[in-house]
Amino acid sequence: MIAEIGLYALILGLLMALAQSFFGLAGPPFRRLRWMAVARPAAFGQLFFMALSYGCLTYLFVISDYSVRYVAKYSNPLMPFFYRIAGVWGAHEGSMMLWLLVLGIWTVLVALFSRKLPVEFSSRVLGVLGVISSGFFLFTLLTSNPFVRLLPPALHGGTLNPILEDPLLVIHPPMLYMGYVGLSVAFAFSVAALISGRMDAAWARWTRPWTLAAWIFLTIGIVLGSFWSYYELGWGGWWFWDPVENASFMPWLVATALIHSLAVSEKRGAFKSWTALLAIAGFSLSLLGTFLVRSGVLISIHAFALDPKRGMFILILLGVMTFLALILYLWRAPLLWNTGGGFHFLSRESFILFNNVLLIAGCGAVFLGTLYPLFIEVLGLGKISVGPPYFDHVFIPIMFPLFALIGIGPNVSWKRGSGSRLWHRIRWSFLVWTLAALALIVLAIRQRWPIETLLGTVFGAWVLASALIEPIHRLILRLRGEPARLTPSVLGMSIAHFGVGVVVLGITVSTTLGIWRDMPLQPGQSYRMAGFVYHFERIKPAQGRNWKGVRATFSIRQGGHAFSVVHPEKRRFFPDGGTTTNAAIVGGVVHDLFVSLGNPLGKGRWSIRFRYEPMVILVWLGGLIMALGGFLALCDRRYRIRFDEPPYLPLGALRPPPETEAEPRS
Amino acid sequence: MTRVVRYAIFMLPVLLMAGLLGVLWAGLGHNPSIVPSPLIGKPAPALMLPRLRHPSRTVNRSFFMGHVTLLNVWASWCVSCRFEHPSLLWLEHRGVRILGVDYKDQRASALVYLREKGNPYREVAYDKRGLTTINWGVYGVPETFVLGPHAIIRYKYIGPITLRIARRVIFPLVQRLDDEVRVP
Repeated sequence: MIAEIGLYALILGLLMALAQSFFGLAGPPFRRLRWMAVARPAAFGQLFFMALSYGCLTYLFVISDYSVRYVAKYSNPLMPFFYRIAGVWGAHEGSMMLWLLVLGIWTVLVALFSRKLPVEFSSRVLGVLGVISSGFFLFTLLTSNPFVRLLPPALHGGTLNPILEDPLLVIHPPMLYMGYVGLSVAFAFSVAALISGRMDAAWARWTRPWTLAAWIFLTIGIVLGSFWSYYELGWGGWWFWDPVENASFMPWLVATALIHSLAVSEKRGAFKSWTALLAIAGFSLSLLGTFLVRSGVLISIHAFALDPKRGMFILILLGVMTFLALILYLWRAPLLWNTGGGFHFLSRESFILFNNVLLIAGCGAVFLGTLYPLFIEVLGLGKISVGPPYFDHVFIPIMFPLFALIGIGPNVSWKRGSGSRLWHRIRWSFLVWTLAALALIVLAIRQRWPIETLLGTVFGAWVLASALIEPIHRLILRLRGEPARLTPSVLGMSIAHFGVGVVVLGITVSTTLGIWRDMPLQPGQSYRMAGFVYHFERIKPAQGRNWKGVRATFSIRQGGHAFSVVHPEKRRFFPDGGTTTNAAIVGGVVHDLFVSLGNPLGKGRWSIRFRYEPMVILVWLGGLIMALGGFLALCDRRYRIRFDEPPYLPLGALRPPPETEAEPRS
Repeated sequence: MTRVVRYAIFMLPVLLMAGLLGVLWAGLGHNPSIVPSPLIGKPAPALMLPRLRHPSRTVNRSFFMGHVTLLNVWASWCVSCRFEHPSLLWLEHRGVRILGVDYKDQRASALVYLREKGNPYREVAYDKRGLTTINWGVYGVPETFVLGPHAIIRYKYIGPITLRIARRVIFPLVQRLDDEVRVP
């Protein structure tokens, strides 16, 4: 009964989404205010039915109703209550439900906060969001219905993949989906603006907070995923350039570029067609990510149950949406040619242009590496795989110029900067950085660092110094009573850039100075690494609610003093019997010590992996700092919409003046 | 810049997208987990295993000589093997010579399995610990090899053989190889 209610609610949600898209998109061209007025309540209705349907599925998980196939497959009574709720989105069907729920939430947020926008525009935005919702409702209903009954009911449940049974699983996918799906809002704003032909500063200002919000969630989602893989997958490492990781990283890079180019579109009215293209690309990439994960065209540790039919459907969805958007773009964007103000080489605009070029080049490198095996196979040239060395060698060099420019760009004036003014603003950060760089060089020579470490830390120090000095400078000026503004958006930008510096330091130090060793040890033996002595005390069987396994005890001593006692584990889950390696990590800001159990080697010996990871925590900390900066910028008063916007120009006003259009005749 | 050039620039994303969609479409049909076996075209690796029914007698490479043979690795505990069993019976019914290799299994339960479901195998070898089949690159069941009359491996299929695969791929291949035996 509950399952049927859930299914009906899902169908009603689809109908609501269809109504929302039809009335939202058809209202403006037919100039029917009543039609446009339907879009908003339809969005509320869509979320209501979606939440009802999602609630039904969660309830089925909680009561373990094994007459529903999806529940029977992924829930069992041994699973703790908490994971039964989170387990809803642990596999394909449920994760599509979560996707729809998140899309519904975003749509309602747009509906709530777009009341002050021109009614035609908000109606079109909701219409576009409705089209996206309808597509995913259809996808879920036709190919991945989670409410399918199982006759006769299963006697006992299956299990979730045990590596997913973890507290972070509870928040990682929802965060990531908030980010992925949030990009659909930027997409909808762009498409709505392209339909109406009104792409002005106001459009950029409305789009910015939504893009920023999606970017914040995406950042947090990626950070959590990376942290989870570090402590859960058991063999260390926090980024594997796995296709699915790349699938979340590419939209992030594009969203980052988009935030910056939106700033230009808002402040200077330039880059508008480029911004619209980025918004389309960001959402397309998040759809592409969905396709890659769920169609099985690439191998990944994240792969869901694979089904070519689903892949086909998502591909059609991806094709239809991006193609329509790009055709629209092709129709409108040429009209935006040369509509922004010009700018000098030394100007904020050109620095943001560099930022965009570098970020998109980085995204292109990741894209190529991710899809290259597929291209090669489709062209019949054999089977290859692209591994981390490719990404390390291609992606990282592209990022270095970005780190150099990040400290200069925010200090250059719009339109036309001057060298002396720029120097005046960055001289303090430059001085601090020079001192830091000298200290680092001395340290590098003394500690015999590899050149990569020195290079990375010097660039990281530049990013940190330049991000810190500006707000401090302004603060001092203000304390002295001089007129200096420190708005949340400037502060947010500085903090986000500071976060980039922290990430750069973390990545550089942990990857270049980290040590890892696999050693065969038996209880009673010790191993010494990087100043720590690890003593293998004992190994004993252990048991949990739905797993059995072994638990080892290591005592760690540093310089003769007891430092810590850790318990790495190996767990085998029943009834299905997947195993996980739960590494023991003791850590702090300075370094992480990481002990994980490998396989038994016979005669009481075990293969043990020891890792020494200096400063690895900075990688995630930096990511969170970036998200915090984004959040601060989001709080800026500028984004509370005002009514005193200039009246809209008709579409014709966007056309370039006739004299530039006339071609010279010979 | 002329209008044509301008439109050409804005056309670029559309074209790139079309290309990408085409590649993804083509990619849908591919299975990335199928890795071509390096053994194809090579002589079969050594094989010396006790028979399932008569443990004192052995099966060895000479079993392949002079005939086209299917080597099917299976086990009574393997669910996919139950799924492909009808396909094997279908092939056997059409005279295909199949050597079964019982993989990491209990001898008794394997015999019960064959008695209940029917025996498609000309002979069954028993690889109790999977140590022989590992030389064949077998890491799971079911896997199937097609061997030519001179014990050369011609084809390898990982996973259960569906009736469609049996009818469209394996049976035609066996017939073609059979013709090669007769013609010269």
